Amino acid sequence: MDVELRTQRGMRYGAWYVAEYRIRNMTKWIAEIVTVSFGNPIIYLLAIGVGVGSLVDANTGGNGINGVSYITFLAPALLATAAIQAAMDETSFPTLEGFVWNKSFFGMNSTQLTGGQIVDGIMIAAFARAFLTAAAYLVVLLVFGAVTLASIPMLFLIASFAGLSFGALMLAATSFVKQDDGFFAIIARFVVAPMFLFSGTFYPLEQMPVFLQWIGWISPLWHSTNLSRSVSFGLEVPGWLMIVHVAFLAISLVAGVLIARRQFVSRLLK
Amino acid sequence: MLKKQNDKSMIVAKGLRKVYGDFVAVDGIDFEVKQGEAFGLLGPNGAGKSTTMRMIASTSMRSGGELEILGKDPNKHGPEIRAHLGVVPQQDNLDRELKVWENLYIYGRYFGLSRKFMKNKIEELIEFAQLEEKRNSKTEDLSGGMKRRLTIARALVNEPDILMLDEPTTGLDPQARHVLWDRLFRLKEQGVTLVITTHYMDEAEQLCDRLVVMDKGRIMAEGSPAELIKQYSSKEVLEVRFGSSANNDAAKQIEGLGDRTEVLPDRILIYSENGEKILEQIVKLGLEPLTSLVRRSSLEDVFLRLTGRTLVD
Repeated sequence: MDVELRTQRGMRYGAWYVAEYRIRNMTKWIAEIVTVSFGNPIIYLLAIGVGVGSLVDANTGGNGINGVSYITFLAPALLATAAIQAAMDETSFPTLEGFVWNKSFFGMNSTQLTGGQIVDGIMIAAFARAFLTAAAYLVVLLVFGAVTLASIPMLFLIASFAGLSFGALMLAATSFVKQDDGFFAIIARFVVAPMFLFSGTFYPLEQMPVFLQWIGWISPLWHSTNLSRSVSFGLEVPGWLMIVHVAFLAISLVAGVLIARRQFVSRLLK
Repeated sequence: MLKKQNDKSMIVAKGLRKVYGDFVAVDGIDFEVKQGEAFGLLGPNGAGKSTTMRMIASTSMRSGGELEILGKDPNKHGPEIRAHLGVVPQQDNLDRELKVWENLYIYGRYFGLSRKFMKNKIEELIEFAQLEEKRNSKTEDLSGGMKRRLTIARALVNEPDILMLDEPTTGLDPQARHVLWDRLFRLKEQGVTLVITTHYMDEAEQLCDRLVVMDKGRIMAEGSPAELIKQYSSKEVLEVRFGSSANNDAAKQIEGLGDRTEVLPDRILIYSENGEKILEQIVKLGLEPLTSLVRRSSLEDVFLRLTGRTLVD
């Protein structure tokens, strides 16, 4: 094979080769990934959507929350959570694996791949994973009658976008971690759990005392959930707030990727 | 097709330096590697070998001096240079989840190689690495020697102009080392330019046409293994042991018998053209060594002479 040609090709499409690797690696866990992708929504929808939902619906005189049944209110939030979780799985542990546990990033960096391309490749793979997880979730939501068919394309887009935004932040944060040291346990307990519970997932954010509402404001989950709710059942969101939601997710994504690229390059070229 | 060694310079370093904060890892070294050469960096741990390797591999920016790899400056053209290198790191970084053939496939893809090209290449490399039976095994199931061979095969996937091996046999058992040397020797015969770091003198003697002895970030000597031994050591070495308490007293009496004497904590080395003759003289002095051994001089002796220290300690 012509050396110049493949060198140019490698330099141009490097990120896609990294993504190809990550996706191949994912296929080794395909059974686990599929089980979680379908199992998670089923469990949450049954336990909270149907279980808690019947209480909520009974006590609101049939008006539900924001004028819809509880399961319809809940569905967009669960969808965004799942996409975020999936993207996080692809950007957190694999990053520590690449830098610390088996140093595969250093192996990649010995080829013509650059730190920036590795970051981009991981993000492509994270997007693919968030996309697939969202697809599985939407199938289950449809079966439960929690979303309408017409809203699916936009919900898809928003969920994947949310996954990507949070994944980028996670990737940037993980790229600074020198060893596990309980970093991920801290993230899971003090970032992901509060985000899940306090981002208006189970009830409108406005129901929280104001001093706790800030958690939602800085959480990609709340921004994407609110967007999804307006798409799914027409929750009224003022125009300016819609812009804030999209901008917040976009800025998280861009900032996360830029920081990660920079840190990857400096860590790989010491 | 055999690529013959010629005058084309693959690597040129002049006053090459690498500094981490206050620590000088590589302190102004000069060397040149020609096409088809097997070039060695010999030295103890911390001598600056790996740092030098990383700079050549274009994955570490030099702090000073000049470095040219394949006619290009690695600080500016890292990815283009790396496209033509094969790198075997000190620590294997294979993907444990992937199978043997997948590790080769993925690595070839990183270089922009087509799936079609890789199809044949994978089988060729698996044969080279003698891993036919492990083709579909996960890499975590391989022995240390197999992993090392796979890492070397992986580094050959892009048909590199320079193959760089950082401590290729450290941690392997003797049999696995010999299998590996055989593979590397074949590459050498094919005219692949090799750059090898090692702290094993036997490895350097087996594989390297030319080498530099490094210590504390500097080059202490340069030449072929035979030249270095000739220049810095004698033909033979007599090693005698008298037991740790008697060593120093015996050394005083022995001093002057050979060309040079080195007193180590556990033994005395006497350098000369004829070791047996020296041993006879020692016995005539009335000394009775517990053990004695006459051997040919090695690079270990060169290193000892140059630095006053042993290589592996």
